Amino acid sequence: MKQTLLSLSNLSKQFGGKTVLDGLDLEIYDGEFITLLGPSGCGKTTLLRLMAGFEHPDEGSITLAGEDLTHTAPENRPLNTVFQHYALFPHMSVFDNVAYGLKMEKRPKDEIRQRVDEALAMVQLQDFARRKPHQLSGGQQQRVAIARAVVKRPRLLLLDEPLSALDYKLRRTMQVELKRLQRELGITFVFVTHDQEEALSMSDRVVVLKDGLVQQLGTPREVYERPANLFTARFVGETNFFPGTVESVHDGSITVDVFGLKRTLRRPDFAVREGQPLNVLLRPEDIRVLDPADEQGVAGKIVERNYKGSTLDSVIHLDDGTEVLASEFFDEDDPAFDYRLGEPVKVSWVDGWEWLLPGETATEEELSADA
Amino acid sequence: MTRWLPRTYLTLIYILLYVPIVVLVVFSFNESRTGYAWGGLSLRWYEALFNNRAMVNAMWNSLWLALSAATVSTVIGALTALALHRYQFRGKKLLNGMLFVVMMSPEIVLAISLLALFLLVGLQLGYVSLLLAHVTFCLPFVVITVMARLSGFDESLPEAARDLGASDFTMTRTVLIPVIMPALLAGWLLGFTLSLDDVVVSTFVSGPSYEILPLRIYSMVRVGLKPEVNALGTLLLVFSLVMLMLSQWILIRSKR
Repeated sequence: MKQTLLSLSNLSKQFGGKTVLDGLDLEIYDGEFITLLGPSGCGKTTLLRLMAGFEHPDEGSITLAGEDLTHTAPENRPLNTVFQHYALFPHMSVFDNVAYGLKMEKRPKDEIRQRVDEALAMVQLQDFARRKPHQLSGGQQQRVAIARAVVKRPRLLLLDEPLSALDYKLRRTMQVELKRLQRELGITFVFVTHDQEEALSMSDRVVVLKDGLVQQLGTPREVYERPANLFTARFVGETNFFPGTVESVHDGSITVDVFGLKRTLRRPDFAVREGQPLNVLLRPEDIRVLDPADEQGVAGKIVERNYKGSTLDSVIHLDDGTEVLASEFFDEDDPAFDYRLGEPVKVSWVDGWEWLLPGETATEEELSADA
Repeated sequence: MTRWLPRTYLTLIYILLYVPIVVLVVFSFNESRTGYAWGGLSLRWYEALFNNRAMVNAMWNSLWLALSAATVSTVIGALTALALHRYQFRGKKLLNGMLFVVMMSPEIVLAISLLALFLLVGLQLGYVSLLLAHVTFCLPFVVITVMARLSGFDESLPEAARDLGASDFTMTRTVLIPVIMPALLAGWLLGFTLSLDDVVVSTFVSGPSYEILPLRIYSMVRVGLKPEVNALGTLLLVFSLVMLMLSQWILIRSKR
C-alpha cells in the first residue's frame, strides 16, 4: 500500500487578483518520483514554492506525514529545493556550499566533513571540493546544487526545472543520473518541468496542470496513451485529431464514421449515443501510411518528410485539408523505404490503437498551449 | 598628420592633469623657502609639518571624522538600499528620488540648510554637527552603490539559504552581506574620500572646538602659500593611492 507523504488540499493562491492555483488537491506518495508538467503560467512553480514555504497559500493546507506545514517557515520544513539556476553561494567553495545546511543544523565538524564528502562522491565531484562555483561547468554546478540539497537527507526533494539550463546531451545524462539518485536515496522527488519528454521518461506519476487545476494525474503511460482531455492530449506528445460521428452503439463497441470510413471501435468509458460527435486521437506512431490503391484509408498526399534515423516522420495533407503526422519505423526488409513529396497515399491506423474523447472542439487557448 | 594629432592632444591632456601634482610632490622636497626656485633636496617641510601641532591635530580630526562618517553612512545606506530593494511600500519612489535630490543639489544649499537646522535645534557646532552633515551627503552615494550591486543579485540565493535551514538573520549574515561586501567597501571608500576633502559644507557647520584639515589648509593658504602644504599634499596623495590600491585589491580578491 502506498503511503501518502505530502498532502495538498484545496490550495488556492492569487497574485494581484490573478488566480494561479484554484482549489488544488494532490497526494504525493512516499518514495515516488512525481512530475508537475504544464505550460508556463500553469501554476507549477507556484505550487512548488508553496511546498518549499517561499509563498503561503490564500486558502487550503499542506500536510507532511500528518504534520501541518501550511504556515511553517522554509527553514523549518524537512524538505529541500534544487533551484532552476542552481543558486549556489558564489563566495563559498563547493565544500562550504554543500556543508551549509549541516552547519545550520549545528552538526559536529567530523560529521559534516564525512557527510559532505559522501554527498560529493555521490555526484562524482569529490575532486572539486575546493573550487568556487564559477570555476565549474553548468552540469557540475547542477550536481553541487543536488548534493547540497540531499546532504540534509530531506523527506522530500523539490526540483524546479533543474535541467532547463543544460544542453540537450547533458540533460539526457542528468536525467539518468537523477533517476539513479532517487532510487539510491529513496527520497521522494517532486520535479517541475515544461518538457513532456522529460516528464514521461523520468516519472512514476505525472501531474498535468493548466490554469492552476490538475488536468490529469497518472502514470506516464496513462497520460500518454489515455489522455483525460484535449489539453493533455495536445500538451503531452504529438497528436492527430480525427473528427468522428457515432453511427451506432453496440454492447462493447461502437461504429464511428471518420472521413467516410466506417470503423468499429472499442466503446469508451463516457456515455455515447448515436449521432454524437467524437474525437479520435491517434499518435503519429499509430498511423499507417498505405498505398493509394488500398481499399481502406483516407486519401491524401505527402507534403513533408523528415528522416529521423530510427523513424521516418512525414506530414500528410488529407484531401479535405486535415494535416496528419505519421511516424514509421524503418523496415529491415526495405532499407530504401521513403516517400516523394507530393506522392499520393492513403492513411489508416491499427485497430484498437485509437483513443476516444467526447466531441468538444479544441479552443484557441488549447491550440496555443501546443506551441 | 592624422597620426600625431590625437597623440599630441592626449599627451597635452595628461600633462595638464599631472604636472601640478608632480610639481607639488617635487617641491615638497625643496630646500628653498620660495615656491618658485629649486634649492636642493630636503625633508625640512615634512619636519615642519609634523612640528606644527595645530596641523597634526587637524589631520587626526579629519581622519577620525572621515572614518566615522563613512562607517555610519555605510551602515545606514546599506540598510536603506536593502529596504528599497526588498520591499514594496508607499512612497518608495519618492524616497528614491529624494536621495538623488541630496546628491544633485548644490553643496552650498545643503550647507546653509544644515547650518540653519543645527542653529534651530541648538546643536553646538563641532564634531557632532560635522558628522551629521558628512553622513548626510555621503548617504546617497552609498545607497546607490549598494543598490547597483543588489540589482544584479540572484533572488534565489536568500531562498536557498532559508531552504537549507538558515533563519532570516543567519541568511543575511552568511549570504547576503558577504555577496554585497564589495559594494559595501566601495561605498565606504567613497564616503571616506568625500568626507576627507569636503570644504563647503564643513566651513558652515564646523566650530572652533574641532578643526579639520581642509579648513586648516584653506586658512593657511589665505595668508600665503607655505611649502608645508606641499608636504601635506604629498602625504595625502600617497594615502589616497594606498586606499585606492587596497580597494582594487579587495575587489579583485572577492571576484576570485
